[in-house]
Amino acid sequence: MHVFLIRRLLAAVPVIVVVTIFVFALLHLAPGDPAAIIAGDLATAEDVAKIRAKLGLDQPLLIQFFTWIGQLVRGDLGNSIFSAHPVSELIGQRLEPTLSLTLMTLFISVLLAVPLGVIAAWRVGSWIDRAVMGFAVFGFSVPGFVIGYVLIWLFAIELDWLPVQGYTPLSKGVWPWLSNILLPSITLALAYMALIARITRAAMLETLSQDYIRTAHAKGLATEDVLRRHALRNAAIPIVTVIGIGVALLIGGVVVTESVFAIPGLGRLTVDAILRRDYPVIQGIILVFSGAYVVVNLVVDMLYTVLDPRIRY
Amino acid sequence: MIGGALLLVIVLASIAAPWLGTVDPISIDPSHRLRGPSADNWFGTDRFGRDLYSRVIYGGRISLIVGLSVAALATLIGLAIGLVSGYLRAVDAVVMRVMDGMMAIPAIMLAIALIALSKASVLIVIVAVTLPEVPRVVRLVRSIVLTIREQPYIEAATAIGTSVPRIMLRHLLPNALPPLIVQATYICASAVLIEAALSFLGAGTPPEIPSWGNIMAEARPYFQLKPWMVLLPGVFLAVTVLAINLVGDGLRDMLDPRLARRM
Repeated sequence: MHVFLIRRLLAAVPVIVVVTIFVFALLHLAPGDPAAIIAGDLATAEDVAKIRAKLGLDQPLLIQFFTWIGQLVRGDLGNSIFSAHPVSELIGQRLEPTLSLTLMTLFISVLLAVPLGVIAAWRVGSWIDRAVMGFAVFGFSVPGFVIGYVLIWLFAIELDWLPVQGYTPLSKGVWPWLSNILLPSITLALAYMALIARITRAAMLETLSQDYIRTAHAKGLATEDVLRRHALRNAAIPIVTVIGIGVALLIGGVVVTESVFAIPGLGRLTVDAILRRDYPVIQGIILVFSGAYVVVNLVVDMLYTVLDPRIRY
Repeated sequence: MIGGALLLVIVLASIAAPWLGTVDPISIDPSHRLRGPSADNWFGTDRFGRDLYSRVIYGGRISLIVGLSVAALATLIGLAIGLVSGYLRAVDAVVMRVMDGMMAIPAIMLAIALIALSKASVLIVIVAVTLPEVPRVVRLVRSIVLTIREQPYIEAATAIGTSVPRIMLRHLLPNALPPLIVQATYICASAVLIEAALSFLGAGTPPEIPSWGNIMAEARPYFQLKPWMVLLPGVFLAVTVLAINLVGDGLRDMLDPRLARRM
């Protein structure tokens, strides 16, 4: 197991290197002078020069790159241009709301979408199947912020069951936390559920047509056992894969959803950083998000060996 | 079919926007600010007194322009990289590592980073939304090329001295085309969504050009009192994306019956 672990970890290294180079290169590939754009329209030549020096843009390219990498390796993401606070500190402060939102979304999505996909495949062609597939197209097409506003309008304004916006830390009590996080999580979960339900259905259809499923039925196993122990276990690999890939979708959705529900997480930090053109903060958040994506997919690859003992790296 | 009809209506409405009872979508009228829907202003007016119905109808143009341009650009670039990468092993390893890295960056974040560094314009939005879509096309094309290049007829073509570019254009391209067209429609839908999300966040289409995303963003402060100001452009956006996705599903079923049975 250790050998596979190390080999898989090594395979993630080039991905992280490419992400790092890419994030660095963006600052230089962008058309125009980034220092002038960050400084804004009202800036004097002096301001622009100051920002250029702050970002290190007045240094030769290679020196800039290695200075940046050197800082990254030590966990230093640079300082915000706007507030001069270290970017890592700013990100650390915003981590809890974003983690709450994504974990709750993951929980809701997997809990609902996998059974939906299984039932759709089991009753293929029935009204349940068509309803699930219809939901899958719908969930994938309606943008998160539109769903978010519809949910706010329905549950917070018309019915007045849940707060409209905002976030309460978990330390202030489970219900206040849950009541704030519920609507945004459902909003974010819809697209993710659509994706998972669709793949679950497709993977289940594939396994349900296998001979061993007929054998399992023939030897008198209960339908539930056949579905769960024989079919779902063998359909697990594509499902787990899409859960991992879908994390990219989830992260993109976080930025928009946090903005709709005024949740002070990483997404809000991103939006504030865009408005202030605070590029070091944007860079830092991209690195954190991409890192999270790589780690999640690493875990997914690890799960392969657990789910299917035949898989070896 | 429903998707195709819907999409046709939306496309025609955007093209014929000036003749659909609209007024200039950016002309302001401070004496008619934040009005509710009426016979004059079907969807009401915004905080500058601009007619919301006209803004929503004209807003469709931006969504469709961005969607179509991104689909075309991403498909062409991805196709070129995918063909070369799939056929030439030497290039493959490097290109695929770069693509893996790009796919690890969430599409919206990549676009935000690019836009934060440029002056806002529709062109920059198109470029910024295209970039994260390219790796998906490359992966698709490459996987098709990898299966086809082992076929006997490719070997035969190589044996009689067919040049590499000719093999790519005459043998690999036609095989990659059907799934690529399907992929392009999905990219179009995704591009419309991302453009709206970016404009909604204030990092997309500049505020002087109406787009569904920035109309919604501008209406946000009034949502609790006048929810239709946010919801109406949202419905247009959702229906458009739905229509494009339905067209994609339809094309997939038509071009690849084998896949259709499974999905």
